[in-house]
Formats: sequence, structure tokens, C-alpha cells
Amino acid sequence: MAKKTSRKATAESMAAKQRDISVSEFFAKNRHLLGFDNPRKALLTTVKEAVDNALDACEEAEILPDITVEIVELDAPPAPAKGRGASGAAGKYKVIVTDNGPGIVRKQVENIFGRLLYGSKFHRLKMSRGQQGIGISAAGMYGLMTTGKPMVITTKPGKRKAAHHLELAMDTTKNRPEVTMDVETDDFPETSSGTGTRVEITLEAKYQRGKTSVEAYLEQTGIANPHAEITFIPPANGGRADDDDQPTLAGEESDLAVAEKAKAEHAENAGGLLRTIRLDDRVIFPRTVDELPPETSEIKPHPYGVELGTFLSMLKKTDEKQLGGFFKREFCRVTPAILKGVTDQASTKGNSISGQSWIKSIDHAMAERIYKALQQAKLRAPPTDCLAPIGVRQLLAGLLKGVSAEFYSAATRPPAVYRGNPFQIEAAIAYGGGLPGDEPARVIRFANRVPLLYQQSSCCSFKAVVETGWRNYQMSQPRGSLPVGPVVVMIHMASVWVPFTSESKEAIADYDEIRKEMKLALQECGRKLATYLRKRQKMRREGQRRDVFERYIGEISRACNALTGADAEELYERLLKQARRRTEIADAILDEDGKVIGSKAEANAGRRDPLDGDDGVIILDDPPSPDDSPNAPAPTTTPKAPAKRSTKSPTKKKPARKPSSAGKKKTKAPTTKKKPKRSGAAEKPRVRVKLQAAGESQANLFS
Amino acid sequence: MAKKTKKTTKKPTSKKRTSKASKKAAGSDGATRPARNPKTTEKTRKRVISLAEGVVKSSLAGREPKLEVPTRALSNTKWNKSRRILQMGSAAQERQLFNLNQSKKFMQTLLHAKGVKELLDRDKTSSLRGMFYQGLHTISGTKEKTFDDQSESDGILEDLEVSLGSLREELHIFAKKRGTMVGNITVVDNGDEIDCRRMGTGGYAIPSICEPSVIQFKDVQADFVLHVEKDTVWQRFNEDRFWETHNCILTEGSGQPPRGVRRMLHRLNKELGLPVICLLDCDPWGHYIYSVIKQGSISLAFESERLAIPDARFLGLRAHDYERCDLSDDVQIDLNDRDIKRAKQILDYPWFKGDRGWKKEIQLLLKNGFKMEVESLITKDISYVTEVYVPERLEAEDWLA
Repeated sequence: MAKKTSRKATAESMAAKQRDISVSEFFAKNRHLLGFDNPRKALLTTVKEAVDNALDACEEAEILPDITVEIVELDAPPAPAKGRGASGAAGKYKVIVTDNGPGIVRKQVENIFGRLLYGSKFHRLKMSRGQQGIGISAAGMYGLMTTGKPMVITTKPGKRKAAHHLELAMDTTKNRPEVTMDVETDDFPETSSGTGTRVEITLEAKYQRGKTSVEAYLEQTGIANPHAEITFIPPANGGRADDDDQPTLAGEESDLAVAEKAKAEHAENAGGLLRTIRLDDRVIFPRTVDELPPETSEIKPHPYGVELGTFLSMLKKTDEKQLGGFFKREFCRVTPAILKGVTDQASTKGNSISGQSWIKSIDHAMAERIYKALQQAKLRAPPTDCLAPIGVRQLLAGLLKGVSAEFYSAATRPPAVYRGNPFQIEAAIAYGGGLPGDEPARVIRFANRVPLLYQQSSCCSFKAVVETGWRNYQMSQPRGSLPVGPVVVMIHMASVWVPFTSESKEAIADYDEIRKEMKLALQECGRKLATYLRKRQKMRREGQRRDVFERYIGEISRACNALTGADAEELYERLLKQARRRTEIADAILDEDGKVIGSKAEANAGRRDPLDGDDGVIILDDPPSPDDSPNAPAPTTTPKAPAKRSTKSPTKKKPARKPSSAGKKKTKAPTTKKKPKRSGAAEKPRVRVKLQAAGESQANLFS
Repeated sequence: MAKKTKKTTKKPTSKKRTSKASKKAAGSDGATRPARNPKTTEKTRKRVISLAEGVVKSSLAGREPKLEVPTRALSNTKWNKSRRILQMGSAAQERQLFNLNQSKKFMQTLLHAKGVKELLDRDKTSSLRGMFYQGLHTISGTKEKTFDDQSESDGILEDLEVSLGSLREELHIFAKKRGTMVGNITVVDNGDEIDCRRMGTGGYAIPSICEPSVIQFKDVQADFVLHVEKDTVWQRFNEDRFWETHNCILTEGSGQPPRGVRRMLHRLNKELGLPVICLLDCDPWGHYIYSVIKQGSISLAFESERLAIPDARFLGLRAHDYERCDLSDDVQIDLNDRDIKRAKQILDYPWFKGDRGWKKEIQLLLKNGFKMEVESLITKDISYVTEVYVPERLEAEDWLA
């Protein structure tokens, strides 16, 4: 799926220098490092890799991602025996991930899917998803090892070109791909872009619902990537409890039509809000933003973030001949003036250096002195255009989709730096509505748009949530724990280098700078929430006030009529108008500072888009009741709001599968095709959120 | 009218003084505006209407309707040292419709304004209670009544009085009768001659409206007025024919005297030159009653000019009477915290503060730690108060002023 264009010799060259290590052996020994600790996690990791790759590929090709994830149960996991952990019992599953990305040219397929640890994201300082590090090939290998089934890849690189169907096994001893089947096929679902890739991996796994399930992962991915539309088709019997023979019947009719219809209906029901759609056989996390994240640039290392050893090896490896050129090319923020100061400080009697000094002449001691002087020099913070935060709007759109609450607020912190690495923290809060009120807050964490599902309590963001004084924001919080209340807290860290606590990359390391930023972001959201809550109280009071006024106005106008002969009706109307005006706060929509940004009446009349305000806060008038879907990880929504805006016509058709026959595909011609653009794109019917809010850094995220 | 009195000496000889209900005199003195004068009625009517007009005007202009109500509180009363009365300051409160705390009062004020206009239009008078019922109804669409109780309504009427600058009488409203009078005087009440010497045991009930237009004095022989606090004491004096033996007028105000009684006393003092002597309990409340009679009350400071009697005297009971009269321990009633607090408050009033006698009196009361009622003198003898106590003090002119 994803193209991995450049390569750095790592495992490969090492293996060549020493002696061949069986990759499968290595893999079997270290599967926990790679996220295949247990069958349940293996399934998630496989989906994760495939989805991350799909998103990366789509974004690189500037295609709005449409991703379908299907899990088919081949062999159900055996019922857990007594005394054995549930995760130990594995079944056999097939994971099918289809995207509408650019496709892959035939000759690259083996390289991309067939080799382990083949990638480029590791060394560069650029914000990218490649956080899980092991790639889809590891998932393929895991599948091959556990079930003996090769990875099946179908890719369509051009609209008019035929799709390739490949079956890919791996020579595990040589870490080389082995193509077992290679045919051209027209059996590829129609996608919006006309191109696309499908990966099928059969593996030993276990499908389970819950906090760390595939579904939760996809849901959170949807929140962090509001520009992507993700459809999840869970295994027929592992899915919903009410899953009887309904899907089959629906499938008979036309999956596609049913899905589209449901989506349109859903949008109508939600009063124009796009939210997670739960159908009998699938879950759709719809696209809520029609613009791709901006592209980020790669940055050079900042001297503060480089260790001595790295510095030395950089000196050794550089092609530059002189110190000045070296610093200019390899580092950021080292200006000639600073370099002069550094070299002056590093110079000793009889060994004076400057920017013109030859690198060859720098010995170890001198390099160390330069390094020290560099660390002491006053340097500007690294550039931050390498960061692409999700953005307040997008955060809100994402949360709105996944979490049904009544109040949403989001905040993006300005970029900050830890150890020379720029990073940016974003936080969002959803409050009230359908969220359970007596449970600890749910914290969802992201690093570079990738959800982190495991090791919550060792994560920096978790600590930041605990350390934030939620009582100031009208919430209860037991000492040293999460706040309790109907609240979902979301934290996103965007950085060129996210510091994870471990290789499994599941928790962000606890740097003071990072935690401080996280707390500041949370406080910002919390303040908005507190303002809202206070304002809500005030609104209630104002409502009562208005009642009082309205009660008396009739009496007053009648008395005045008797006294002066003034028109009682007119007087009543005028006073009523004034009373309404004076208590208009009662039906006001509030912005983050508690300022009135509109009134309910106005909103209902024009059905304002809740995301249109420029405030980082969304407040819904009619949040769904908590009993809407009590068992779902995040309550899905069927708001009772009457349809006010339903002009949105379905603009594209999605491929859909019969849930009963997993392997077979059914295609339909798309009615419309869309060509998304990066920021600045013209408004399309479905554009609901302007991507760049003023003040957000314009940078690019993925490539 | 007040000018008609020729002498205001302390002990006038029994001269026949007559005070006629004179329309000639009316209006010459702002303090004695007669009610039911067509001119005043018209003036009051105009004021009531203009009050509502202000509301209508600002409502139609989209401004917030407001009423100005002069503040009736200690903070807005001024002690006029030279005239020795309490006067109302210029501070006024805005009563706003769109203020939750004032909204209902605003409505009630207009409701009563409407009621007053009706009274004026139809030339009727109504009682405070009557006004309460007149304005009382359930607000349409709610279960809320316009007034919770009469005291709420009474307060609004007082507000209306001050904000219109018209007296209650001019609004054609009277209070429940309270207070009784007997003595060597004949009054003409709405044309009926009433000889207060022939009132039996009940006495003449002092009406709520004692304006010259309603009540005129005729055949006054009394030398002074003795005002007692309560009906029970008054009964004692009446039974003992004290007013006859001492040639005086005997009044009673059932505790804090209502406006009618105070107006009557004021007129007896100002128009007929009769000194007013008070016999009240020896406790902070008795002292305050005296203070109200003497300088006017805080809440009715705007009417002080026509109610206050700066020359009124306080005859008793005095704190030292316990020893002087050799009373038994049984008459002592311990001062409670509220009494002590009140006494200290009274001591702090500017009109008491400068008076040495009063300072001593209150300090002694506090030192004693007990209060006494006038009735306590009965422990000496049933008629001790009428036969010994009061005559002795009057003779000795032993009083506080």
C-alpha cells in the first residue's frame, strides 16, 4: 500500500555483515516488541499497520482516504478453557483492508510488502505516522507464520489499468518476498479515485470488542483524521449482539444503496451533523472535513536535541569540508554569528578554530568543546512549520463524530520544544450529553494522529490529565486520579519525534515540557468548559428571570392602560420585546469566553453549522440522551433533532461487500468523483469545516 | 392653621380655643394640606398619571422603565438639628422592571397607582387592607398572586406616597383605626361634634385621617396632653377620670402610635399649643416610641414636618424609678440581647446622643439590666400611677425632653 521509497540499511546490512538470522526466528522471539504479544493485539496491530499505510498513501497522493476494514472470522477462537487467560485462545481471521489510494505499480509490490524493516521514517525529523515502525510486512509475516497463508494484495494503479492480484509469501530465512501468484484481474472494487489497493492477511488472532479493540482503534483514528472515511465490517458473529439474519437480507438488496441511504438518513437525523453510523453489519466513521491535512516539511536537527555521540558521527559522515558549511547544512538555528561565538568559545590557546576550519582538523577533544559551547549558546527554538496539528476545527469535527456530548471544546497550543525537538500539543474535551456521568473520564491519546490504546497510565498525557485541577472546572476529581464526570478528554501530540516510553510505542514519555504543555492545553479547554457550565447555570437563571418579567408585564401594561390610556397591547409587546432582549442570554449560544455568539432562534432558522463559529467550542442544543447506546465504547448518536438541513446529496458511492460472502466483491459505478485539494480548495457541497483557522501553523503533516 | 393658636405657653389657662376646619388656611402650610380638596385631588391625580406616563414613555421608546422611590432608611434620614426633627434626605432608589429583585415591586407599585387613581376618580377612600384586596388577584397564567400579604401592600403604598410626594390622605387611603382619646375637648369629625368628655369607658377612637379638612377642634379646655403607651394604662387613667382632675387630654397609641394618633398629637401641640407628655415603658421600645413622637420615624421621615412634636416630654417610666418608687424585684424584666442592642442603637442616634439626660437614662437602663412596664406601678397600688406617680412628676416637672 504505502510506498517506501528510500531505504536505509539497518537490519539488512547488519545481517549481511554478520550471518543470516532467520527473520522468522527473530520475529517469533520478539513478537511482543512489534505488537504481536497476543492474538488480540496481533489483530489490532495488523489493522493498524494496514490503515496507517493506507492513510499515508492516500494523503501522499492527495486523495481523501476512503478505507474499508473488514474482519472475517474463519475459525472461531475456542471457548476459553478454565483457568486460562482469554487472550490465549486464538481463532483464525482474515483482515481485509481496502483503500482508494494511488495503487502500487507492479514491480514495487514485493519491496513494499515483502520485506521486513524496510522503510524511511526512522531517521528523518519529520512529522509522520510511522510510529508503529514495523510495517505491514511484519503483519504479513505473522500471518504466514501462524496460518501459512500468504498475503493477498490487489492493487489498481491506474483508472484504466487492470488490477493486479498477487499472492505474496516470504522467504523467511532470506527476508525476501516470494510471489506465489500474479495475475491481472478486474476483480477490484470501484473506488472514488479509480485506483486503490487491497490487502488481505489471514492470521491467527482473536476478535474482541472493548477499549482496545479494532473498532475503538478505528473510531479514534476517525477522530484524529476527520478527513478520512473509514468503514468497519466486523466479523458476523463477533459483532453486534442484535446481529441476526438482517444483514444478509440487506446485502441481497444492495449493500451500497443501503449504506448510502443509511448515511443520508443519518445525516438528516443528526440535523446536519455527521456522526458515526452504526448499521447492522458495519460501522461507518464518516468524513467530516473535506480537506487534507497540510504538508509538513522536514527539519534539520536542532543542536539542543543532538547528543555528543550523534554529533561526532555527524561530523564524521558529513560531505562538507568546513565547519561553517557543516553547521549550515546539518543543523537548524546555527547562524554564522552564533557559530562564531561557539567557535570562539571552543578555541583554546594555539588551537583556534572558526567557521573556516577544516572538519578533518577537528579532533575529538575539540569536537567535544564545540558541542559543549553549542549547548550553552543561546539558540532560537527550532522552526515549527514541520508540525501540522490536527487543528481546533478538525478536533471538534472528529470529536463530534465519535462522541455524543453536549459541549465540545478544543485547544491547540503554540509549538514548544523538548530536547531540541519541536512539538505541539492539542487537547479537546467533550462534556455532558450522552456520556456516563459517574465514571472516570475517558482519555483518548494520539501521537501524530495515531491512537494510542495501551499503557494509558504510564503515558505523559494521562499524568497531565490527572495533574490538572478539574475541580476548578466544576468537576469532581478524587485525589490523584482522573476527573469523574460525563467527560471525554482527548490529547494529541504532534512532533517530529514523539518520545515513546518503549519500543512498542504505546505511551508518550514523561518530559516536563510536554506535560506542561498538555496541562496548559487541558486547562484552556477546562476553562472553556467551566465558563460554559457557569453560563449554563446563568442561562437557567436568566430563563427564570424572563419568566418573572413576562409574568409581570401583563399586569403592568394593564395598569398603565388604566392610568394613562396607553394601548395595553402595544405596551405589552414592547415590554415583552425588551424583556426578551434583556434575558436573551437565556437562549444564547455561547462561545469559549462565554460571549454570546448567536441565539437559538437564529441557529434554528439558519441551522448554523456548529463548526462555523471561530471559537473552538461546540455546544449542541439537543444532545442525545445517555441511553442511546449504553454499551458502545463511545455512545453513538441518533440525536433526536429534527431534520433541518438535509440538502446534502450523496456525492459518491462506496464499494460495499456482502457481509455473508466475505471474499466476493461487488462493484458499482460511482456517480461522482471527487478530487480533493489541499488547503485552499474550493468549497464543495460537503465541505463543512474550513481547515485553517487563523493562527494555526501552516505546515504539512504527511507525505 | 397652626398660626391660629395664640399662645403656646406650657400651662395655658383654660381658654376656649377653637380651630375651624378652614379651607382658607389650607394650602398655606405644606404640612397641613387637606385631603379631599378638589385642587389637591387633581394635583395628586396628575402625579399618579405622570408616574405611569413615565413608564409608558420609556417602554415605548425601548428604554427600561424605572420608578424613582426615595429611600426610606436610616441612611437617608437627616437629623435637622435646628428644627429638631428627622427629615428625609434626597437619596432615591431606582425601581426597575428588569431587575429580578425589584420586578414584582415595580408591578405592585403600578398596580396600586392604578388603585389610587380609581379612588381619586370616584372620590372614595379605602383602607390599607382595602387597597390590598383591590390590588390582589392571581396573575393570569400563573398561580402567583400580586401580593403575598398585606404588609407587602402597605410597604408599596408608603413607597407610592414618597415617590409621588403626596400624603396617604391625599391618596385617599386610611389605615386601620388605632388609638383612643378622651379629655376636655370637643372635636368635629366630618361634621359630627364629638365631646370627648362624654366618651364612657371606650373613648373616642382617633381616626386614621386627622387632617383639618376632616377633624376640627372646638371647645378646648385642656392644659396638656398625656399620651400613654397602651390601652391598659389608658383605661386606668380614664377610669380614674385623670383627664378631669388634671384638665388634660388623654391619648393612647397601642404601642407604636399610628400616623393618625401622631397627627392628632401634632395638631393638638402645634395648633392648640398643648404640651405633649408621654408615659411609656422603661425599655428601648418605649424610648423609641418617644423618639418617633418627638422627631418622627425613619420610615416616615418625609412626613416628620406634620407629625413630629419636638417639644414632647418623656415623663416615665424612668430607670431610676425602681429605687425612687421602691418597687419590688418582681417587676424587673431582664433585658435580652436584642434589647441591649437596641438600647445601644438608640443611644447612638444623633438626636439622643447630644442629650445628657437621655444618655444617663439609657446608660442606667443598661446598668440596671432590666426593663419595667408602666403597669409595674400597680404593685404599689392600683391607682398609684394616676394618684401619685404622674401628679408628682408633673408637679416637679420631672421629665426628659
